[in-house]
Amino acid sequence: MTTDVLVIGGGNAALCAALMAREAGASVMLLESAPREWRGGNSGHTRNLRCMHDAPQDVLVDAYPEEEFWQDLLKVTGGLTNEHLARLAIRHSATCRPWMVKHGVRFQPSLSGALHTARTNAFFMGGGKALVNAYYRSAEKLGVQIHYNAEVDAVELDEGRFVAASVMHKQPDGSVRRERIEARTCVLAAGGFESNREWLREAWGQNERGEYPADQFLIRGTRFNQGVLLKHMLDQGADRIGDPTQAHMVAIDARAPLYDGGICTRIDCVSLGVVVNREGRRFYDEGEDFWPKRYAIWGRLVAQQPGQVAYSIIDAKAVGRFMPPVFEGTKANSLPELARQLGLDEATFMQTLNDYNAACRVGTFDHTALDDCHTEGVSPAKTHWARPLDTAPYYAYAVRPGVTFTYLGLKTDDTTAVRFNDQPSPNLFVAGEMMAGNVLGKGYTAGVGMTIGTAFGRIAGEQAAKAVKAQKQGAAHANA
Amino acid sequence: MQTLEALTRDARALARGELTAPEAEVARQMQICNGCRYCEGFCAVFPAMTRRLEFGKADIHYMANLCHSCGACLHACQYAPPHDFAINVPKAMAQVRGQTYADYAWPAPLGRLYQRNGLTLSLALAAALALFIWLAAEAPAGAADFYAIFPHNFMVSLFAPVFLFGVLALAVGVRRFWRDIGPATTGAPVTPPAAVETTHDVLRLKYLDGGHGDGCNNEDDAFSLSRRRAHHLTFYGFMLCFAATSVATVYHYAFGWQAPYDLPSLPKLLGGVGGVMLCVGTLGLFKLKLQRHPLHGDAAQKPMDYGFIGLMFLISATGLVLWALRGHAQMPLALSVHLGSVMALFATLPYSKFAHGIYRTASLLRHAVEKRQPNRLGLGGE
Repeated sequence: MTTDVLVIGGGNAALCAALMAREAGASVMLLESAPREWRGGNSGHTRNLRCMHDAPQDVLVDAYPEEEFWQDLLKVTGGLTNEHLARLAIRHSATCRPWMVKHGVRFQPSLSGALHTARTNAFFMGGGKALVNAYYRSAEKLGVQIHYNAEVDAVELDEGRFVAASVMHKQPDGSVRRERIEARTCVLAAGGFESNREWLREAWGQNERGEYPADQFLIRGTRFNQGVLLKHMLDQGADRIGDPTQAHMVAIDARAPLYDGGICTRIDCVSLGVVVNREGRRFYDEGEDFWPKRYAIWGRLVAQQPGQVAYSIIDAKAVGRFMPPVFEGTKANSLPELARQLGLDEATFMQTLNDYNAACRVGTFDHTALDDCHTEGVSPAKTHWARPLDTAPYYAYAVRPGVTFTYLGLKTDDTTAVRFNDQPSPNLFVAGEMMAGNVLGKGYTAGVGMTIGTAFGRIAGEQAAKAVKAQKQGAAHANA
Repeated sequence: MQTLEALTRDARALARGELTAPEAEVARQMQICNGCRYCEGFCAVFPAMTRRLEFGKADIHYMANLCHSCGACLHACQYAPPHDFAINVPKAMAQVRGQTYADYAWPAPLGRLYQRNGLTLSLALAAALALFIWLAAEAPAGAADFYAIFPHNFMVSLFAPVFLFGVLALAVGVRRFWRDIGPATTGAPVTPPAAVETTHDVLRLKYLDGGHGDGCNNEDDAFSLSRRRAHHLTFYGFMLCFAATSVATVYHYAFGWQAPYDLPSLPKLLGGVGGVMLCVGTLGLFKLKLQRHPLHGDAAQKPMDYGFIGLMFLISATGLVLWALRGHAQMPLALSVHLGSVMALFATLPYSKFAHGIYRTASLLRHAVEKRQPNRLGLGGE
């Protein structure tokens, strides 16, 4: 079987690539390794797109200029980013939405409980799964050939040129039918390796306490991102980018399911209280910045704690001020009782809480601003929203690291070409999580994953179609 | 699976208090939805949800009746089956709505008629048809107009009490519903802007537009306006037919103009146009329901839905036949079937799908009131 453009993957970036290539006139085949009901990878769990805009647009208020977006990205990545590619994605986000709407994506105003993103993030009506559904409908209508249960575990290369992919069609009876699919060009958009527990274990290794921290990680998204193709490409000598331990990682409810817990398992009360580890000690400034700017570092912080577990503690004053957790918290009428219920050392826990309570310098509490409630003389400090935990009932939520997606990927350039020994492939492109590490060396800011996926997915589709045309013209010249 | 068990446990804990299984299921699902909120733009259910942290019995019935079963949240849901969380809001809400109709039916024992609603409607129709066919057989042979078969006052004496009882029963039911959901929706009184908005939302079926105007879901994740249009045809067709009868009543009593009326009289025009609309609308709803995605709604309520759609279709179709058959020998039979089906509708008015519009309007009105009140929650999330 042959096609002009073969897209490997079935999430946002893959769909953007497939749609763009098809619109440019190429024949397109898309291979999704998941069955239809689980299609879309992690995109199904997303909810918005971080968008640059110089003036208010439909669902976006005020302005979010390129420079501010870039500075935000620079800050969260600590400079581990590629400015050229980052700015490319940022500028792309300013113009891609009409195209998304054309393909059936609908936007809605910022959700309640996420109002501070009204300026920076355009929310998908119904969330990412609605977006994925819209793209699949549009792709089907445009004549993109879509195969589900189709996993690619190897690609044939000829000196950096894509030749064919080896596909395993998983049959309903559990058997596998293998097929070799040739294509003029190929877009790799098959996700990171976050669902591959062995790879995570290997990447994170053993810590000084003898633990394998990754064994305690929960996966917030799809179970299908096993990194099979990523590993295969790296083994084939594709240039790599990123650290395998870097990822979008959130502290989520320890009771969340192993896969696909998605957004509702997050615990949003960190900045309203304190967080202690298994030893009953605080370990980081809970009030460092607004929660939307900090939630993505807490997964990593918890991963570094003994047992990879921590407890977010609040009192009655916090109830109703944060997104309600899915699972009920541990509730107690006194702090010592809470410590006992959690199985924490009561003496250490009480010392931590008493020290913290005594250190609080309460000014005017305002959760919508970086207020003046802070601690003095306690380490780590809590620099905002610090109020003593003194009002029963008290609640605790056990949290664990929840991996959203990994940043290890293939190094690329502004054509999204896969590179070998720093030379771009003429017909092999990469998009989405498989290359997000070019922009995100570490850290995260809400909605930027979809910005990267959409921008580079579309560019990859465009480039793939362009390469097809060039090949066809080349062949015509050769025949003439 | 620990997760699912925990959620089930929570649901059971709630159920121990006062919730029935369908209510507890809504509470369980809303607790998950409230941590996600991606569907906020689709309809009124999710904005109502975000004003709450806990879901009591009254909240659940209020929200269940806000739900128009459009299906948008099911197809957009990252937690829908086969996910372990098994979120299916349209289904859970439909099951509670079924309970609303039964629980608030008056007199209370007749709420049980909802348990086998297909049977209820069939028996009511059979009885009413038998009655009118028998009455027609008693009429003088060769009668050419309606009142020769069924004298006007005789018809009024049959229909008026049944209809008025139906209206009274619905009024008592919705009043009790209103009293229960009122305190759960801030208790604030209805204001003119809230009433205007509700009127608009009901008459335009705002919540079948998907929030983006593309419509609702039917057989798959694609949006379509066909259900909204079919419902409009049904509703406005029904209202025109009702208007035809009302105008005829005014003609009869105020002006002494007796039926039958000729074209282009108002009753004949209203009835003709309304009848066609009702016919086409119910056929459309029937077809769409047959094609509905299997995960939509509560399968147990299909007999109620199909029965009601079928009855409305029968009324409109026989009405049209009657409209065309004036003076024809088959007219008496057509008239009997038409009047029998209208009687079956009236008799089951408070014990059929008809109730959905009444309770939904009440919920929408409370929503229009509630959303104008300050939200006591100040959530700051991701």
